[in-house]
Amino acid sequence: MSTSTTTAPDAPPAPAAGSPLRWALADTATLTGRQLAHLRARPGELAGALGFPILLLLMFAFLLGGMMQAPGGDYRQALAPGLFTMTMLFGLSATMVGVLTDAQRGITDRFRSLPMSAGAVLAGRAVSDMVVSTFALAVLLGAALLIGWRPTAGPGSALAAVGLLLLLRFALLWVGIWLGLVVRGPGALTAVQTFEFPFAFLSGVFVAPATMPAGLGLLAEWNPLSSTAAAARELFGNPGWEGGSWVAQHALVMAVLWPVVIVAVFAPLAVRRYRRMSR
Amino acid sequence: MPPPAVHAHALRKHYPGSTGPALGGFDLTVPPGTVHGLLGPNGAGKTTAVRILATLLRADSGHAEIDGIDVAARPGDVRRRIGLVGQNAAVDEVLDGQRNLVMFARLLHLSPPDARRRAAQLLERFDLTEAADRPVAGYSGGMRRRLDIAVAMILAPAVLFLDEPTTGLDPRGRAEVWSAVRALVAAGTTVLLTTQYLDEADQLAARISVLAAPRGGGGRVVAEGTPDELRARIGGDRIEVVVRRPDDLPAAAAAVSRVAGSDAEVDTDLRRVSAPVADRMAALGATLSALAEADVAAEDLAVRRPTLDEVFLHLTDRVEVDA
Ligand SMILES: Nc1ncnc2c1ncn2[C@@H]1O[C@H](COP(=O)(O)OP(=O)(O)OP(=O)(O)O)[C@@H](O)[C@H]1O
Ligand SMILES: [Mg+2]
Repeated sequence: MSTSTTTAPDAPPAPAAGSPLRWALADTATLTGRQLAHLRARPGELAGALGFPILLLLMFAFLLGGMMQAPGGDYRQALAPGLFTMTMLFGLSATMVGVLTDAQRGITDRFRSLPMSAGAVLAGRAVSDMVVSTFALAVLLGAALLIGWRPTAGPGSALAAVGLLLLLRFALLWVGIWLGLVVRGPGALTAVQTFEFPFAFLSGVFVAPATMPAGLGLLAEWNPLSSTAAAARELFGNPGWEGGSWVAQHALVMAVLWPVVIVAVFAPLAVRRYRRMSR
Repeated sequence: MPPPAVHAHALRKHYPGSTGPALGGFDLTVPPGTVHGLLGPNGAGKTTAVRILATLLRADSGHAEIDGIDVAARPGDVRRRIGLVGQNAAVDEVLDGQRNLVMFARLLHLSPPDARRRAAQLLERFDLTEAADRPVAGYSGGMRRRLDIAVAMILAPAVLFLDEPTTGLDPRGRAEVWSAVRALVAAGTTVLLTTQYLDEADQLAARISVLAAPRGGGGRVVAEGTPDELRARIGGDRIEVVVRRPDDLPAAAAAVSRVAGSDAEVDTDLRRVSAPVADRMAALGATLSALAEADVAAEDLAVRRPTLDEVFLHLTDRVEVDA
C-alpha cells in the first residue's frame, strides 16, 4: 500500500494512492480512533456518562420503586428495560456536545478544508458514538443483573432487544448531529439536556401511560421511547404495562419504524447542514 | 506567466439575517511566493474572505481562484493546494501534538509510516519536539498556533491562509509565530495573512490590502499597496492644532485647511484639528500666522509623522464617514 518513495529530508511526502471508497473508510477509522482516544484520555467523562444511568437505576429501584405498581409485582423487572431506553436517549446530548464543540473550536472547519469526504466526518462520529453507547449499555445491563433484573425469554430474543435499543440510539445520533450543527452556544445545549428528562418521563419508560391524564397518556403512548421500552420488555421477557391501544399493541413494529423514520428525516438534514455549513 | 496564487474579483457575501453584507465587492490578487496582508478592524470581513477562498463558504456572487482553479467549481482541487489556519486554533485539545499531526496527516491520506515521519519533521521544524507527547490543552498560545500552522503545512500547500494568527498572543508568542511564518515564506509558500495589527502586516507582508466595513456593512478593499505606499497615501507629516476654546474649532479648521490645501480633520473631544502637510517647517510658520489672523488661541501646535496605526484608522474611518 505505501509506496515508499525516497524523498529529501524535509520534503512533504506524497499522498498515497487509493480509491475514494477506501479512503472514506480509512478516514472514518481515523476519526473513530480520535474519539476513542478522547475517551482514553478522559476516563472521568466516560465514568460520568456510565455512572449517571446506574445512579438512576439504583434510585428508582431502591428509593422510588417501593411505590411503583408493576404487573407481576416486581418493579425492577419492568424498570430495567426502561432505563436502558433512557440511556440511549442521553446519548443524544452527548453526540450534540461533541459535534458542537468541534464546530466551535474550528476543528470542523479544518476537516472541511481537507480533501476528504464529508461523509467520513459524520461517519466517524456515528461509529465512535455507537461504540460508546454499546459499551454503556453493556455496563448498565450488568448493573441491572446485579440488582436482580432477569431476562427470561432466551438469548436470541435478548439480543434482538439490545439490537432495538441500539437502533434507537443510532436514530437519536442523527438528531444529535443535526442539533450540534444547528444550535449555537451553551444555552441551547442546556435546553436540550433539560428537555431530555421530561421527554423520558412523558413515555412508558418509568410508569404506565394509562396512569397519566388522558391527553398526556396519549402523547406518552406515541413517544418513540415507549415503543422501544415496550419492545425491549417483550423481548427480554419482562412484564410490561402497555395498554390496549394500537401503538401499544404494535410495540415491536413501532420500535423499528420510529428509528427508521427518525433516521430518514434527520440523517439527510444533518448531511445537508454539514455540507452547507456557513457559520 | 503563472496565474496568481490567490485571485478574487467582486466577491459579495450577505449572511442571511444580518443587516448589511459582510463583503461588498472584494478584490484581491496575490502573486505566487509572496506574503499578502489583509488588514481590517473587527467585522471588516477578513474571516469571511478567507473562508470563501478556502472553500468553506460560498460567495453570493463574484469569482475566486487559487492557482487558477475556481474555488466554487472545483473545491476538491483547491483543498489539495491550500492550508488553513483559522481564527481559532483548530487542533484537538485532548490529543498530544504528535497525535494531532499524525491524525491530520492520515486524513490527508499519507500512509501510516509517512504520516509519522512527517509529524516528526514538522514537530522539529516548529520547535515542538519536546512538547510532542503532551496534550495540547496544556500548550501555551504560541505553541498551539505553531502546531496549528504545522498541521496546515503537512502537504506543503502552495497557499497558506493565516487568519489573525497572533491575536491574543503575548509578545513572545507573537515573535514565535512570526519567525515560523518567515521560514515558510523563505521556502516559497504564498501566504495570505489577516490581521488587525498594522505592525504585523508591516513585519511580514510585501503588500497590504486594507479592508473596511462602512456603516451598513459591505467589506471592501479601501487601499492596497506596500506598507510605504500606504503611509504615503495620507501624506507624510501631519500638522495638529489643539485650540483652547471649542468655539474656535471651525475657525481653526478653516485656517489649517487653507494652509494644508486639503480638508482638515476635526476631533471635537480633543479640541484638535489636523491635516496632512507636505513641507513641515513652512506649514508650521504658515499655520501660526493663519491662526493669529483668525484670532484663534492655540494650546498646542505640532507637526507629527503618522504612525502606521493612524494610517489604518484614517483609511478605515474615512470610509465610515463617506458611506
Ligand atoms: N455566520 C454569520 N452570520 C451572520 N453574520 C456574520 C456571520 N459571520 C460573520 N458575520 C458578520 O459579517 C461581518 C464580517 O465578519 P467577519 O468575521 O468576516 O469579520 P472579521 O474581519 O473576520 O472580524 P474579526 O476581526 O472580528 O475576526 C461582521 O459584521 C459579522 O458580524
Ligand atoms: Mg475574523
